[in-house]
Amino acid sequence: MTALSTSTTVNPLTAGQLPRYATWVALAGSLLAGGVLDASLLGGFDPGTTLFVGALIYLLVIYLLSRAVEGTRRAADRLATNLVTGAFLLALLPLVSLLWETLSTGLPRFDLQFFSYSMRNVIGAGGGAVHALYGTLIVTGIATVISVPIGLMTAIYLVEYGRGALARGITFFVDVMTGIPSIVAGLFAYALMAIVFGPGTINGFSGSLALSVLMIPIVVRATEELLRIVPNELREASYALGVPKWRTIVSVVLPTSLSGIVSGVILAIARIIGETAPLMIAAGFTNSINTNPFANPMMTLPVFVYDQYAHPGVQREFYTERAWTGALTLIVLVMVLNLIGRFIAARFSPKTGR
Amino acid sequence: MTSVTQSTREVTPAPTPERPAKTSRDRVGDRVFSGLATGSGITILVILALVAGFLLMQAFPALVTSPAELTAKGYGDFWSWILPFAWGTVWSSFWALLMAVPVSIGIALFITHYAPRRLAGTLGYVIDLLAAVPSVVFGLWGSLVLAPAVQPLYLWLSAYLGWIPFFSGQASGTGRTLLTASIVLAVMILPIVTSLSREVFLQTPVLHQEAALALGATRWEMITMAVLPFGRAGVVSSVMLGLGRALGETMAVAMVLSGAPVITLEIITSQNPNTIAAVIAQNFPEAYGLKTNQLIAGGLTLFVITLVVNSIARLIVSRYKEFSGAN
Repeated sequence: MTALSTSTTVNPLTAGQLPRYATWVALAGSLLAGGVLDASLLGGFDPGTTLFVGALIYLLVIYLLSRAVEGTRRAADRLATNLVTGAFLLALLPLVSLLWETLSTGLPRFDLQFFSYSMRNVIGAGGGAVHALYGTLIVTGIATVISVPIGLMTAIYLVEYGRGALARGITFFVDVMTGIPSIVAGLFAYALMAIVFGPGTINGFSGSLALSVLMIPIVVRATEELLRIVPNELREASYALGVPKWRTIVSVVLPTSLSGIVSGVILAIARIIGETAPLMIAAGFTNSINTNPFANPMMTLPVFVYDQYAHPGVQREFYTERAWTGALTLIVLVMVLNLIGRFIAARFSPKTGR
Repeated sequence: MTSVTQSTREVTPAPTPERPAKTSRDRVGDRVFSGLATGSGITILVILALVAGFLLMQAFPALVTSPAELTAKGYGDFWSWILPFAWGTVWSSFWALLMAVPVSIGIALFITHYAPRRLAGTLGYVIDLLAAVPSVVFGLWGSLVLAPAVQPLYLWLSAYLGWIPFFSGQASGTGRTLLTASIVLAVMILPIVTSLSREVFLQTPVLHQEAALALGATRWEMITMAVLPFGRAGVVSSVMLGLGRALGETMAVAMVLSGAPVITLEIITSQNPNTIAAVIAQNFPEAYGLKTNQLIAGGLTLFVITLVVNSIARLIVSRYKEFSGAN
């Protein structure tokens, strides 16, 4: 690849060639010009604006330079390279800003009190999210217990048994399910509870149902892919020994793909643990610890973050601080789950390559 | 690998000795197991039917109550109630796509064709990190960090580009506008569109690319000749999937916007059309009676809209699969 790229840029057959240092000189000059322009015309020096204006000037300058020396085709190539690299750098901006803000604002309250106190009778400083942590663990746990068997068995059906219209229909509707907006899943759980147990029934289990609707298709997709890559030779070897189909699946196919399935499930949990909207509707708000998923509202971590942000008391700063700490906790949870999932997938996966 | 061979070894001796008895019991096991698997598959269909059914049942009162009665109770006729929010949903998603798609395609190209090979995987993972951030954190960031940061830009836009209809009107003082919400949405759909486009670009036949380069094409000409035409269908479907996500996204919009039921083209004023999902999230906890039904009917509308968008995306994907299979 490197050989290819150097050969396309370093071998000028007809046109001239910009020296290496030209790009750096142009970049420095453009940034300087951007700063001057910013300070004089756009009302005061500001690093962000300077960078932006400087980058635009650089794009234009290097294009014109290259066009004059190297010709239009080479100039277009340079422009595209710069734009594409710029797109990547642009996408890093929100990521870095978000992580930095969460860390710097969330860390001060990332203390023992945050993980040992609920919000019961707390107005102003102090308080914590232990009630929300319990809620998140319970609600996500129940959702996992519901989703994994259904998701796994459906994947097994699709890979091992599914033929014809039913299998096609299920595949299609799993896709449809993937696209359900999370808030609609919450409304579904609410409507289900309202019809079965009477209007206004809000509890942790209802939240779990909502999350299950979102989690099942993720589990199906992940496990289906893994079951499909189990080599057919393994199945055939097992059949040839007279092992019935269901035992082949249970003791040959599943163990082969077990690590992948576990990591898929963990990644699915990471995907749904941050869901807010469905839990807000189905599991509700509370300031106290509630460990019974079948009665009364149950707080969860994402809803806690939203609640602290949207319904602050008189001293707003404490609520905002708690919201950021909650956000930090959520991000840490999701990252840890992601890392564990990826680690299991990388470490314990069977070597399929031959 | 070893566990597999062990387990096969464990089961191998079992069926041989008493063949007839074993077989019938195994058949029962087979029937039970395949029944369970098929049952799970059917459960999914049932769940979806229940989602649609329960939503319909709960939405029904808001849909059939006469407009006059709804208006008298202060809710307003359903269709005229939902219209501004449907507009807000579409309008905010439009701007989100407008910003996210070029950047995503750029990133996908950067990772597949520009970045050093060894770094490509890591860079892809960095972009995937964006997908791992929960939406409520994006909402927090959007309203507390992004909105104040871009507010000066809105002042500038309204001062110098105010003659364009989108940027006309008094710029918002807080920065919490439809455009801010769209920027947050754009950041959220960026990883989806990027990862799908990346996969398609990676599948471009190497021979096509090398042929273009061998004919003297620059890297950019090679991409426009070989990579982009090959990946067009894949990119379109990834954009549609991103659109589906943007349409249904709730928290980011609900936390950034303090929306109003208005239909307007302006995107940087303090009068913003709300989205369906956000209006449900903001009003549902305090809603009761017919209001609840009305909000659920709104959710049903959203469900139908995203269903249509996602189906189109899947249709394109499946066509594309057939096409690439033939190659």
